Amino acid sequence: MLNVGQINEGFVLDHITAGKSMTIYRDLGLDKLDCTVAIIKNARSNKMGKKDILKVECDIDTLDLDILGFIDHNITVNIVKDAQIVEKKKLRLPSKIVNVIHCKNPRCITSIEQGLKQIFLLSDEKNEIYRCKYCEEKYSK
Amino acid sequence: MNHIISPLDLSVEELDKLLDLANDIERDPEKYAHACEGKRLASLFYEPSTRTRLSFEAAMMNLGGKVLGFSEQGSSSATKGESVADTIRVVSCYAHIAAIRHPKEGAALVASMASQIPVINAGDGGHQHPTQTLTDLLTIRSMKGRLDNLTIGLCGDLRFGRTVHSLIEALVRYDNVNFILISPEELRVPSYIREGVLQKNNVSYREVVRLEEALPDLDLLYMTRVQRERFFNENDYVRMKDFYILDEIKMKLAGPDMLVLHPLPRVNEISVEVDKDPRAAYFKQAQYGVYVRMALILTLLNLA
Repeated sequence: MLNVGQINEGFVLDHITAGKSMTIYRDLGLDKLDCTVAIIKNARSNKMGKKDILKVECDIDTLDLDILGFIDHNITVNIVKDAQIVEKKKLRLPSKIVNVIHCKNPRCITSIEQGLKQIFLLSDEKNEIYRCKYCEEKYSK
Repeated sequence: MNHIISPLDLSVEELDKLLDLANDIERDPEKYAHACEGKRLASLFYEPSTRTRLSFEAAMMNLGGKVLGFSEQGSSSATKGESVADTIRVVSCYAHIAAIRHPKEGAALVASMASQIPVINAGDGGHQHPTQTLTDLLTIRSMKGRLDNLTIGLCGDLRFGRTVHSLIEALVRYDNVNFILISPEELRVPSYIREGVLQKNNVSYREVVRLEEALPDLDLLYMTRVQRERFFNENDYVRMKDFYILDEIKMKLAGPDMLVLHPLPRVNEISVEVDKDPRAAYFKQAQYGVYVRMALILTLLNLA
């Protein structure tokens, strides 16, 4: 088993579906942060067979993790302080998703307007339905 | 800043007030003939429109105001690649209120987010057309005397027909409104209306293919045109365009008080022989469109 050192303050995102860690790396904007990130791919997991893990050493207020709720409910978010796990964050669906997913409706204004943020709003929490803020088209993965 | 992007931007109370004002304008137009003196309406039409554009312009002129703008994308800076947001920022310096029609869905919302003046959505692609809805509501309330306890048939292109989507969203807020959605399979209402509006509000509706099946039950029949410009494929358009034609024979199946509405322009979905039927309300509806736009301009400019 590969060993990656523990972090003093930050997040450990566990139980990521194998192969999805790079997507989450980008969606969380980690490529834009000047902090230490460990990406562990295809780690052995009793529960999942294989999984990915992300370890991020940063101030715990730096990241907006709400988007993880949209990407995958099953990710475990451990918040680390003083090298200890102090909280396991419960993921929920964010009410708004900005610049993560794109509207696929060719008739939507987002297809031509320059500089417009791609915004999706949670319209039905029970059925996990997001709609484009502009054209109200349902997002389908 | 107040804008009208969706028919739901007005509460039921605000809507009632607006319709009351429109009825007062209808009764005494002279009283409002100078209400907008010194004010300018920017009429920003990125796609062709006769009725809506002229109705807005007539409304502003009836109020003593002036109008400036463009009537097709080719004569605007959009051909140079200017964004909707930039256009409205500039127009905000020239006018006091703007009406925008754009082929892309959500364009009016984008305009309102960047605007310094009130923005009225005059139609954004196949999405929303709130002033047509206000026109429809004023027509129904004025001619039926109520907006609740109605069975309404919506017929034709329910998929791309924005007037239908807006009307459904506005009417689900009233008690005991039932819908019969009459369309071919390919042109049924989109999911955001079926799930997001009708089912979410527990509104009674049924979807049928044959117009004849629905006619005897209706208080109101709202006909729509199958619009060529909403189709990417010409063959699909040709196949759908003559699916429903309302004629004298079909009108015999309807009750004596059933109103026929149509947002116009009509092509051949209502035979001209129906025009003389006292239940045909679509030309009266166009007149109500001017009154309600006058009321809306006054309200958004805080001159009501």
